[in-house]
Amino acid sequence: MSLVLVNLLDGLVTGLLLFMLCSGLTLIFSMMGVLNFAHASFYMLGAYFAYQISTFVGFWPGLILAPIIVGVAGALVERYGLRRVHKYGHVPELIFTFGLALLIEEIVQFFWGKSHMAFEAPDILDFAAFSIAGNAFPAYKVFMIFIAIGIFLVLLYILTKTRVGMVIQAALSYPETVQNLGHNVPLVFMGVFGVGTALAGVAGVIAGPVLGTFPGMAVVLGSIVFVTIVIGGLGSLWGALFASLIIGWLQTFAAAYNVGMADLLTAIGFEKPIDLSESAVRDLWTLTLPQVGPILPYLLMVLVLAFRPQGLFGKRET
Amino acid sequence: MSTMEQTSTRSGATAGSVLPALVPWAAAALLLIALPFVFQTGSSLTIMNQMAITIIFALSYNMLLGQGGMLSFGHAVYMGLGGFFCVHIMNWVEYDELYLPLPLLPLFGGLFGLFFAVLIGSFSTRRAGTVFAMISLGVGELIAACSIIIVAFFGGEEGVSGDRTMGPEFAGLDFASQQEVYYLTAAWLLLSAAAMYLFSRTPIGRIANAVRDNEERAEFLGYSQRHVRFISFCASGFFAGIAGGLFAINYEILTEENLNLVTSGGILLMAFLGGVGFFIGPIIGAIVFTLLQTVLGLYTEIWALYVGVLFVLTVMFFPAGLTGLLAIHIQPIRTGKIGYLYAPYAKMFLPVIAFILSAAAVLEILFHARHAGVGEEEMTLFWFTFNSQSAMPLIVALAILAGSFYLLRRFAPELREAWDEASHVESRR
Repeated sequence: MSLVLVNLLDGLVTGLLLFMLCSGLTLIFSMMGVLNFAHASFYMLGAYFAYQISTFVGFWPGLILAPIIVGVAGALVERYGLRRVHKYGHVPELIFTFGLALLIEEIVQFFWGKSHMAFEAPDILDFAAFSIAGNAFPAYKVFMIFIAIGIFLVLLYILTKTRVGMVIQAALSYPETVQNLGHNVPLVFMGVFGVGTALAGVAGVIAGPVLGTFPGMAVVLGSIVFVTIVIGGLGSLWGALFASLIIGWLQTFAAAYNVGMADLLTAIGFEKPIDLSESAVRDLWTLTLPQVGPILPYLLMVLVLAFRPQGLFGKRET
Repeated sequence: MSTMEQTSTRSGATAGSVLPALVPWAAAALLLIALPFVFQTGSSLTIMNQMAITIIFALSYNMLLGQGGMLSFGHAVYMGLGGFFCVHIMNWVEYDELYLPLPLLPLFGGLFGLFFAVLIGSFSTRRAGTVFAMISLGVGELIAACSIIIVAFFGGEEGVSGDRTMGPEFAGLDFASQQEVYYLTAAWLLLSAAAMYLFSRTPIGRIANAVRDNEERAEFLGYSQRHVRFISFCASGFFAGIAGGLFAINYEILTEENLNLVTSGGILLMAFLGGVGFFIGPIIGAIVFTLLQTVLGLYTEIWALYVGVLFVLTVMFFPAGLTGLLAIHIQPIRTGKIGYLYAPYAKMFLPVIAFILSAAAVLEILFHARHAGVGEEEMTLFWFTFNSQSAMPLIVALAILAGSFYLLRRFAPELREAWDEASHVESRR
């Protein structure tokens, strides 16, 4: 039972981290119709900038400064890159962000090389917050949970309760009408893109010390992020939250329980063949749950697309 | 979709015009036969084989992106699966469980690719655009991830390998030499390229263009957009499988690398650089990219950075790609006004070269200064050897960069005027 609790908490950390990426991505998508392929690259930039800042002045200034720099970079990309490509249509926009993702990875390697950076969590958070049946739960993870929930609440408040949020929501559905009412919609787009990428930057700063700061970190998370927002329903914030948590728990639990396919097959009455080496279905017998874990999100996505193409919380057909 | 113009504006060939249409194909065949006599070394044969395989793959990719308006992030799957299947067939042939001459092998790779395209296309071609792109990405990642755990078919992390020479001889050839493999690959290249070209000329190929440009209108004309996309998708999967079969023959090994996002993204890069609006675009893209990769890779560690910059600039400024850049000159040539462009082009030539080289020099110096180990401060760039830690070379490079940029800015209005003049067509009264 205590193991379940530990996994629940670990999954929550992973899920909330995913959500910080997905929320920005899904907001940008529902506003501009652009699926930002480079979103995870901004997450990586956040980690690298924070690392660089932390070598000079420590972790905490980096937590504030790095996302701001990333957000400004994102806004500039929207203003001078995406807006130019926009007139060609959505597919070239997607190709542009894909190219950007490649370019950012190369730029990161240009400056920091291919190896892992020694980006560490601050010493002040380097203790066990509490322990469940002998399993210590690091304070840094508690800190991650609080940051993520805090950001979610602030985002929800801004989007639903403030004037800016109202304009953004209106611009989501009727950009032209909002423009005619005298609001600067391109500026709103640029702002949303900037804030979305800054959120990815925050995720990068707090994930860097835990998941590692290396040039492949964008690729590792990138496709999972896309899968998540497709499962949750493109453009739905609640869907993104729900799908992030599901995927976080799915991956944590799959990694924690070493259930073999062989156990399952014997349990339902199959007999294990003695000589497996030549059998075509030998993989079916040797599979274990931790092995299958990484493909579960993709499998879930294919299932969702087959049975509910608009995603779990999506309103429009995708 | 304004960038993805009609593949060609000519209407279908009539009986009388068949002969001129064959000329480029005959020329291509002659070129393919002659190439090994010009480039005889083993490494150039390897590069040519790789190019030929990449061209088939890129053309099959363009059936989706250029002709059907489907952006795929998982096209490597069909090539990879075809290739894996072919390696297994090679092994069966080796152990006499099957009789199959090697030259026919790519056909079975194609059929296997087709099989998976039918399977996956049945649900992924429902919509085009962003949704199709996402599904292709998800399915691609799914299969790439599966390849690690399904060891029986994919061979796990080390992949599966075979031996092409163990099969029955075909017309006295056992395909042990690189040259024999080259001619086999070249023959399949010509065959598949011709088949793909003919496909783009068939009614279904034409309707695929229509669906790409305006799916709603095609529906109102009575065509099911989903059905049309499905057929293009299957054909594309078939030709990707053929490329996979040739890959299996050429390299005799397939790994997870042949299925993953890097390979899928690479083919998007090539097709787009070449120009997806033209049939010949992906061919040019594949050739240029392979050359960049192999030749530039010899000289600099950061070639991928250059390719990335080139790609992003292409998407932003020349969405019609390299071929599009060449194609805009056709009209001035036809109207006899290309002469207006000579002078500004000649003026721009040197500054452009200086700009590109000095920009590369700045990057190379910065990269070297950042990553060179202690005692390795010496670097050689464009035949100059200097210490990359000192400021002087960087200042020189930056000065040339700024100077050439200034010149380019000064000449730009002249070029724009010349272009207006050259592309101006007098209206006939």
